[in-house]
Amino acid sequence: MTLRLLDKRLLFVTGKGGVGRTTVSAALGVLAAQHGKRTMVCEVAEQERITQTFGVPAAGFEEREVSPGLFALSVSPQRAQDEWLELQLRSSTLAGLLGHSRVFQYLTAAAPGLRELVTMGKVWELAQLQRRTARSSPYDLVIVDAPATGHGLAMLRSPRTYRDIARTGPIARHAGLVRSFITDPGQSSVIAIARAEEMPVNETLDFERRLREEEGIELDHVVVNGLFPERFNSADVRRIEAVDGRVSAPVDAALAAALSEHHRARSQRSQLRRLRKETAAPVTTLPYVFEPELGPDELERLASELERRS
Amino acid sequence: MSLAPVDKLLARKEICVCAGSGGVGKTTASAAIALGMAARGSKVAVLTIDPARRLADALGLPEIGNEERLVDRARFDAAGIEMKGELWAMMLDAKRTFDEVVHWHAPDARTRDAVLSNRIYQELSSAVAGSQEYMAMEKLHELHNEGRYDLLVLDTPPSRNALDFIDAPERLSRFIDSRSLQLFTAPGRGALKLFGRGTGVVFSLMRKVTGIDLLRDLSEFFTSFGSMTSGFRDRADRVTAMLGDSRTAFLLVTSPRADAIEEAVFFHDRLLDAGLPFAGAIVNRMNESRPEAPADLTDRLEELLGSRLGPRVAHNLEDLRRLAERDRGNVERLAERLGRSPILTVPQLDEDVHDLLGLAHVNRHLFEI
Repeated sequence: MTLRLLDKRLLFVTGKGGVGRTTVSAALGVLAAQHGKRTMVCEVAEQERITQTFGVPAAGFEEREVSPGLFALSVSPQRAQDEWLELQLRSSTLAGLLGHSRVFQYLTAAAPGLRELVTMGKVWELAQLQRRTARSSPYDLVIVDAPATGHGLAMLRSPRTYRDIARTGPIARHAGLVRSFITDPGQSSVIAIARAEEMPVNETLDFERRLREEEGIELDHVVVNGLFPERFNSADVRRIEAVDGRVSAPVDAALAAALSEHHRARSQRSQLRRLRKETAAPVTTLPYVFEPELGPDELERLASELERRS
Repeated sequence: MSLAPVDKLLARKEICVCAGSGGVGKTTASAAIALGMAARGSKVAVLTIDPARRLADALGLPEIGNEERLVDRARFDAAGIEMKGELWAMMLDAKRTFDEVVHWHAPDARTRDAVLSNRIYQELSSAVAGSQEYMAMEKLHELHNEGRYDLLVLDTPPSRNALDFIDAPERLSRFIDSRSLQLFTAPGRGALKLFGRGTGVVFSLMRKVTGIDLLRDLSEFFTSFGSMTSGFRDRADRVTAMLGDSRTAFLLVTSPRADAIEEAVFFHDRLLDAGLPFAGAIVNRMNESRPEAPADLTDRLEELLGSRLGPRVAHNLEDLRRLAERDRGNVERLAERLGRSPILTVPQLDEDVHDLLGLAHVNRHLFEI
């Protein structure tokens, strides 16, 4: 199921805050690169964590290779806008003239949703086989580590809004192109990351519904991150509970830890069942990572989990 | 790292803003703080953005609504909570609040309708990051002004960037600031004239990249919004003043994960830079600390539980102990960076918190320390 995703050109990854969007985006990127895809994972909204995870210098708006075949970049809306102006006016001098003019700066600072639009425009540009920017090579796959669901949805919507408002002219044309690209299921997919807990499951289901109703896009996949292992079955638990209370403190702590783990795993399983029952999208799970720091090794392990479960 | 119960941190405060990045349990913390303060005798209102359905049900909140509701005393009795004050709750609807603000500032019905029906306004009021934050502040200001509560607790919206709401009033007022609007609406330089037949290089370039329709729509929007700018500016200034007042307290909510702690530290520094009254941090969902296993633990567990189950129980203890260690280390890092500011920790509870009993349970760690 997951491997099918690697044949797209653009994966838009969103989900509730704190569920691990960046981790899963990076793991998907590692998996794609292992399959020989030249892959870009781009972060947005001034965030940059992927280069840090791979221990390479920050990329900013440059396309930086973090491991063989895997690239990272952080989309700055300002830089994306400057680049877009230059492409539209086909002149850096004219673009600079307009970009530095006070009236234009006021206009762009004020225009609602423009930051989202130019960010989507850059993401689209990265995913084109014919790259528009100078000295750039095409990617087989672009993965967007998008903002959390509400803002993520606003970002997905921005091209349509601008296409509708502008009606004619370069912005309308460009926004229309981006819109067609992100709504084409052959080229683009929207993926929600969740956790097997009540709130993230609710938010995922709500996002799926709004994505369908408001944008006409079907959620393509759900990845449930951080699933606790089911270490103990009910027979184990009965045995643990039956242990005589007069045990040493460390043994008692070990038994309590086992029961607590069992409890958490069971509650996660019930949320996972609910999610599977109510979503129309396929669901893949990723195990909880107990390592304190997430580095390239852990990402590789998650990538192989994604592959194994597909 | 110092400790102080929440009721001490909030003594003589009228506003408590719970801030933090997404997914750290801000809504739960806000509701728990409001419940705890109300139970101790205050009249408290909690403004929340998007509570879990079951938490909303527990508080008796309908799905939509932009008004405070008194949580029925019978609910506390049923949960065995002694309620000395009053707990009010409201679910904030940012779009409706924005509409209300337009109603308030519009000089006449025509302007009001022109703004409300403008597509750019609709996009701004419902979708743009920042407007939700600003509207939360607006509502807070309105309720504070009315003075009906001893304490208002605000659960800030889930934004990518926890700092968004600090800048929100400023950004929004900059947006509608008269100086930028004058460019579009200056008398004698009708917007259409400006955009349609403007002769400057900049305008011709602008027309070239935006298309004439978009410029026209924007100018219409700015024209109708222009008449409301002074009201907005004034209001934004008062909201900023309210946030910086000594009667306000900012509580930072975070999870013990490394990235969340990083953000919390950054956020703390920003609050101080902005001169906002930081009161303390709450670290939510800490993994419970576990003792280190003695060398013979696996043997003893094998004796008790057999050779298949025993080692698994030992291994599990080690995993959970490491998680707890990681959390403890992260909180220590936070404490170093926060200096003498109080930090409260709430353990990971076995169940998701979604009822009054669950909130009362959280409060054992916030109030009874």
